[in-house]
Amino acid sequence: MSKSDALARREVERDAVLKALAEAVPYNGFLGVVFDRLGDELTARLPYREMLVGNPFLPAIHGGVTGAFLEITAITQLAWDRAWTIMEDGGEDADALFAGTFPPVPKTIDITIDYLRSGRPRETYARAHVQKVGRRVANLHVEAWQDTRERPIALLRGNFLMPH
Amino acid sequence: MSNDDTSDLVAINLRDAPEDDDGAVMSAMPHGNALGMKLHWSKDGASKLSIPWDERFVGDPETGVLHGGMMTVLLDTACGSAIMSWPQKIRATATLDLRIDYMRPATKGKTVFARAECYRMTRSVGFARAVAYHTNTDDPIATATGTFIIERPKEDAK
Repeated sequence: MSKSDALARREVERDAVLKALAEAVPYNGFLGVVFDRLGDELTARLPYREMLVGNPFLPAIHGGVTGAFLEITAITQLAWDRAWTIMEDGGEDADALFAGTFPPVPKTIDITIDYLRSGRPRETYARAHVQKVGRRVANLHVEAWQDTRERPIALLRGNFLMPH
Repeated sequence: MSNDDTSDLVAINLRDAPEDDDGAVMSAMPHGNALGMKLHWSKDGASKLSIPWDERFVGDPETGVLHGGMMTVLLDTACGSAIMSWPQKIRATATLDLRIDYMRPATKGKTVFARAECYRMTRSVGFARAVAYHTNTDDPIATATGTFIIERPKEDAK
């Protein structure tokens, strides 16, 4: 295999692992959350659908849904960071990952969500910022926005229990 | 379903429930309809809601445990319903912030209930708390505390 073939294959494998990670969780599919990837950087997307609406008079996306979307972004980021390290290290663990065996998912300990603007009926985006990953606990900040990144609609910070 | 709720509500000081407890799916809210989320009752600044277990709502495929996001939706809606049922008329409310603590996973196959109450109402802000549970609020799955911005009817808003 040529070097460029190997690089192309690696990108395909990375995309496949990310897709499998996200799709392993039924609730992600129920809300319709998908992930875009540039290198190791993830952006979560929540395409608008009427079933996400909490207030039909405005209309506005349900605040709980926005919160759930932020939490999904946080958990997937942690799972992805771990998968990324395993893939970069290679070996048996990487082979298991490519075969669809994933490490256990982190568990949410607590989250706090600030709602800054109402979620309009359009696509929502989110990106997580890992503040700290310790042996047991990870702390993340996540922001969600719609058309304009500088105008976030909601912010989450949370603590997550890392699986052993 | 009312027999499921044997709680004496010690965990947070929630008020007594009205007799009629069966409730109805919140079908006016598209997301409530999609989940089959039920409002059992809301009265005098307190509420009881529930969500059924469903394969589509699972967060951990290994255990069948509901996703934490489902608790956020349930507890946020329960707090909002408690606020809206405040004795003085509230025209609309929106969540300012919400903190959720996860005590234990929900059990696969079981309906999750939520009890919420608005424990303080000011001119512009309502303070609410809620607990998610299966059979007893003393054994919570998750608890929530939130602040809610309040819109009062125009004639009251001086």
